Amino acid sequence: MALFDTRSKDIRNLPGFGLTATLAVAFLYAPILFLVLYSFNSGRSISRLDGLSWQWYQAVFANEEIAGAALNSVLLAVIAASVATVMATAAALAMVRMKVRRRAAAYAVLNFPLMVPEIVTAIASLIFFSSVGLGLGFGSLVIAHTTFCIPFAYLPITARLTSMDPALESAAADLYARPWRRFTLITLPLLAPGLISGWLLAFIVSLDDFIISSMLSGPGSTTLPVHIYSMLRLGITPEVNAVSSLMVAASALVVIISGLIARKQT
Amino acid sequence: MQDQEDACRLTGLGRTYGKGVSAHRALDRIDLTIRSNEFFTLLGPSGCGKTTLLRLIGGFDQPTVGEIAIFGRNVAGLPPEDRPVNTVFQTYALFPHLTVAQNVGFALRMLGRPKAEIAATVARMVALVGLEGMEHRRPDQLSGGQKQRVALARALAPGPKILLLDEPLSALDAKLRQRMRSELKALQRETGITFVFVTHDQDEALAMSDRIAVMQGGRVQQLGKPEEIYEAPANRFVADFIGGANLIPARIGAGGAMSEGLGVVPAKGDLGAEVTLAIRPERLAILPAGLQQPGDLGPLRVTERIYMGNELSFRLEGASVPLHVTLPRGGLRGAQDFAPGDSVCLRAEPGAIRVLAS
Repeated sequence: MALFDTRSKDIRNLPGFGLTATLAVAFLYAPILFLVLYSFNSGRSISRLDGLSWQWYQAVFANEEIAGAALNSVLLAVIAASVATVMATAAALAMVRMKVRRRAAAYAVLNFPLMVPEIVTAIASLIFFSSVGLGLGFGSLVIAHTTFCIPFAYLPITARLTSMDPALESAAADLYARPWRRFTLITLPLLAPGLISGWLLAFIVSLDDFIISSMLSGPGSTTLPVHIYSMLRLGITPEVNAVSSLMVAASALVVIISGLIARKQT
Repeated sequence: MQDQEDACRLTGLGRTYGKGVSAHRALDRIDLTIRSNEFFTLLGPSGCGKTTLLRLIGGFDQPTVGEIAIFGRNVAGLPPEDRPVNTVFQTYALFPHLTVAQNVGFALRMLGRPKAEIAATVARMVALVGLEGMEHRRPDQLSGGQKQRVALARALAPGPKILLLDEPLSALDAKLRQRMRSELKALQRETGITFVFVTHDQDEALAMSDRIAVMQGGRVQQLGKPEEIYEAPANRFVADFIGGANLIPARIGAGGAMSEGLGVVPAKGDLGAEVTLAIRPERLAILPAGLQQPGDLGPLRVTERIYMGNELSFRLEGASVPLHVTLPRGGLRGAQDFAPGDSVCLRAEPGAIRVLAS
């Protein structure tokens, strides 16, 4: 007989675990499942299923306004995520070499925007951009999105960097690699999984953003979430469900890619 | 003559961390000369400054004061990539995304050597450490001992003038460590490169080194050949750290040193001086108290018998400090055996008692 019964310590063996887990998953996914289900409705209702069809997806792909907004969103997310990743990498490289107290302070400054209510950031950005005369539009969106993407990109990058053996860079220096080659040949390749997940996280956050985008987007620079919201005001049809489902699919794809990269690296 | 040249000369070398009251003097103005072609070991407990000293020679850290000359050239202020020294790191620090061959050839690639030369050197180094056939593996597909060999080959590939080794055997299991000791020593002889080896393991140091610097508190406590360090420790710290010794407080009197419970021990010194007597546990014979002669230590009482396979050890009380005696098993001396409670005396081999200033 085992000295300690490890089975009884496993949370999965507690009574009611299965029910609790099922309810929790249902709570998380039921609304999304309903959304996806009604996107296939053959009727115009979003609460009564008449039959199944692809018509609303066809409508989405035929809608030039949606295509334009989606293109804006993707372009914006790619630019914002890329610039944010570069800046976050620079911050992470500098901060990992700092002394503990200064690093804690820098970390707090960098991550504080995550705690600020987004509506506050949105209004602040709006007021700031109009007072410096930048106006609304794609340029303002790029700057604002880059800004709020930095802390998201920073977290996976710094996690990867701190788990790296600092002796690796010392070893590269010892073996005659100058600073730039140490960075490109050793640090950067080893940092790659962190960079990719940081970029993907920033991309998703930018793609999904509504509040800031709704304040800063001007005519012609509407993003997809902002456009979906404007569609709602004209009455909800399963077309909204269809375009929303597509966004869910895109997000899930990014999560899966980032999961695969993380698994390959361990 | 190459052999007469000094590989590394340290002059007044000091390294202080922090400032003011919290300042910590990791190295306290060390003067040390490491000769060419020697296997030189820095030995000491953790925090003694041995790793700091190695980092200063490697260029990973800069001294607060003092000079470092490598083969006559002052290297103060130079980064690691400008020093003709290579390092085997404690964690090996193999590049995980590169193959064994790429790791070993890294330095030569950085130095811009032709591809053919790199390939030839890599093949030679891989053969030198016995890793033929593993060239295309990545570090995570290697065992601890194999990683160790790759780290060695990688550091030796550019042909350093001095090889620095930072506790390279500490991550290996006991058996492998034994074998790597002989291999390292053989490698040093074959290549003729000066090895500077850092360890806290006295057996390792004694077994491999030409000379040892025993360090403690940022200072070199004793510098010498393994025999000198072991047989003639310069002070209490060295006697205790290397091999362990019975350290007995005593006062020099007429005819010898007087120590509580031990009578008069044959020892020389200034009359009335407070001293420490250092006696190695294996240089004492243990006899029944009835056989005590003048000059023997005792009578003492056995309080513990510790059987260790090849050795038998006794703990004895009756003096001002508990004493230890170690006997080999088998042979003449090994025939002796006692049990706790027995009354015994100790007879030191001639020259076994060292008088240290206390």
